[in-house]
Amino acid sequence: MWNYEKRLQYPVNISQPNPKLAQFIMSQYGGPDGEMGASMRYLSQRYAMPYDIGKAVLTDIGTEELAHLEIVAAIVHQLTRDLTPEQIEASGFGPYYIDHTTGIWPQAAGGVPFNACEFQSKGDPITDLFEDMAAEQKARTTYDNILRVVKDPEVCDPIRFLRKREIVHFQRFGEALRDVQEHLNSRNFYAFNPAFDNTGSGSVQ
Amino acid sequence: MPVSDPNQLLTVIDQASFAMDDVLLFLDTHPCDQAALGYYQYVAKIRNDAKEAYEAGYGPLTVDHVRSNQYWTWVQGKWPWEGGNSTCGIMRNGCSTR
Repeated sequence: MWNYEKRLQYPVNISQPNPKLAQFIMSQYGGPDGEMGASMRYLSQRYAMPYDIGKAVLTDIGTEELAHLEIVAAIVHQLTRDLTPEQIEASGFGPYYIDHTTGIWPQAAGGVPFNACEFQSKGDPITDLFEDMAAEQKARTTYDNILRVVKDPEVCDPIRFLRKREIVHFQRFGEALRDVQEHLNSRNFYAFNPAFDNTGSGSVQ
Repeated sequence: MPVSDPNQLLTVIDQASFAMDDVLLFLDTHPCDQAALGYYQYVAKIRNDAKEAYEAGYGPLTVDHVRSNQYWTWVQGKWPWEGGNSTCGIMRNGCSTR
């Protein structure tokens, strides 16, 4: 069960609209390495996680990703406030505007709609945690790419926060993976799926 | 007499929490309704009292109510999808289409 807190995890206070930048940053809402995929990935993977630490990490990082989804949406929203049709057309934001006005909709920077194929829930804790660590690095790279093209310090500030959280999450998933491996037979980390197989050394049962 | 049975406490938490979920939607569209405001406070107190009692004996339901200084009890025990912190639903014998 979830409850909503009426605050952002990190503040977003952007005074200058910039629809071109909004188009870039919205990729972290619904793009291939965005926060929507991140939250759905971790929250979906919990059901195949047999160990206490992994269950807590997937639940709590998945929950934090929902807060990051809200931060990214707040950035895009504030970057597209008070625009004139002329500004929209000149900035390249026109195609998005035609379909969504300035509403928030999950798509990649290039316009590809959000797709659940952007994440996996494989039913195997080792497989899933390796995916999670890769996902955190992919999101960190995307934030690096965004930071290279953003000059406005009011936009950089929350983006830097989100980037740092990707690094922390990578660390925690690495620790969760180590905990899973400690439950398994060290010669056979990859021989069994501890969420599914009932036989063999290293199975949970 | 205060309730201390975990299943009874969870039933109270589930019912009071759902009463809050339901009345808050009503209040969102009727923010001046005095009776609903009073009802929200009434069920919120029932939930908070039962939640405090449950968490004191049987572990945290929300992460900010971990009480132990010895161990992070948040990671312990069954999770909701494994049947943890759950009671019998009351819709089982009802007919939701009528």
